[in-house]
Amino acid sequence: MSGFEIAGRTFASRLIIGTGGFRSHEIVGEAVRASGADVATVAMRRVDPASRGSLLEVLSDAGCFLLPNTAGCFTARDAVTTARLAREALETEWVKLEVIGDDKTLLPDAAELLDAAATLVADGFTVLPYTNDDPVLAQRLESVGCAAVMPLGSPIGSGMGIRNPYNLSLIVANATVPVILDAGIGTASDAALAMEAGCAGVLLASAISRAEDPVAMATAMRKAVEAGYEARSAGRIPRRLYGQPSSPVDGVAELA
Amino acid sequence: MIALVINGEPRELPDGACAADGVRAGGVEGDARGVAVAVDGEVVPRGEWQTTSLAQGARVEVLQAVQGG
Repeated sequence: MSGFEIAGRTFASRLIIGTGGFRSHEIVGEAVRASGADVATVAMRRVDPASRGSLLEVLSDAGCFLLPNTAGCFTARDAVTTARLAREALETEWVKLEVIGDDKTLLPDAAELLDAAATLVADGFTVLPYTNDDPVLAQRLESVGCAAVMPLGSPIGSGMGIRNPYNLSLIVANATVPVILDAGIGTASDAALAMEAGCAGVLLASAISRAEDPVAMATAMRKAVEAGYEARSAGRIPRRLYGQPSSPVDGVAELA
Repeated sequence: MIALVINGEPRELPDGACAADGVRAGGVEGDARGVAVAVDGEVVPRGEWQTTSLAQGARVEVLQAVQGG
């Protein structure tokens, strides 16, 4: 599988792993290695003096490029401040921009998202927005200077897969920046479908971290992303209403 | 002493405390790698931790990267 580029930076793996939901830092490390991911997301939260072990050390040992997110933010203002805090803490200008509308669906708030994206781009950030599966919003995010667009397949953690493959295809067809399917993946076939739809990559967390065996699922996701990418590159056969024989129609013996 | 709020908890720090003192009071030891601080909603760059004084009633948020996303 060939690598891909976001904002001039090349990544070998097209799978980005979210580190939320794992039972321990150790399992994060094992799963990241099994997934082959080069990029891992982290969230910014209040320091907990009681917490043990260093997540950053685990991710650094696994060779991961860190992508901080703005999870938990409901307004553009909070998301922008959180991105700036992450920049200070982690010395990166990259951010997975997340501005949600409510805490039940966790769906993005389109207006706040676009506002925050424009502000952060102007402030020099490389912005990767988690967005709705809305082709128009994806275009707007690209036009304000986002380095990628990351539409959801379905709500975060829902495991419902890709609910609107037609919109995803429209987003892919019109984008000139990488499209990364972010959120909703439940199992390997969902990740393969995203890649077959032409996504440049897949970002997932819960599907691995909350699987019964996260490390085994991380391996499955690596294969699924590779298989989906290779199938897309290979060019699938068209769907047909009727069958088309694969054996020769000439030279059939007359046996009656 | 000044009364202020660090990560949501009411705290007291000596007069003249700076952002770096707030970070330590928030439970960060050592070089504070991977930590960022906001005072009253504004990010304080690491280079200004020593020179940014904390006022009575300041709201200090001391953050670090955790599993997420």
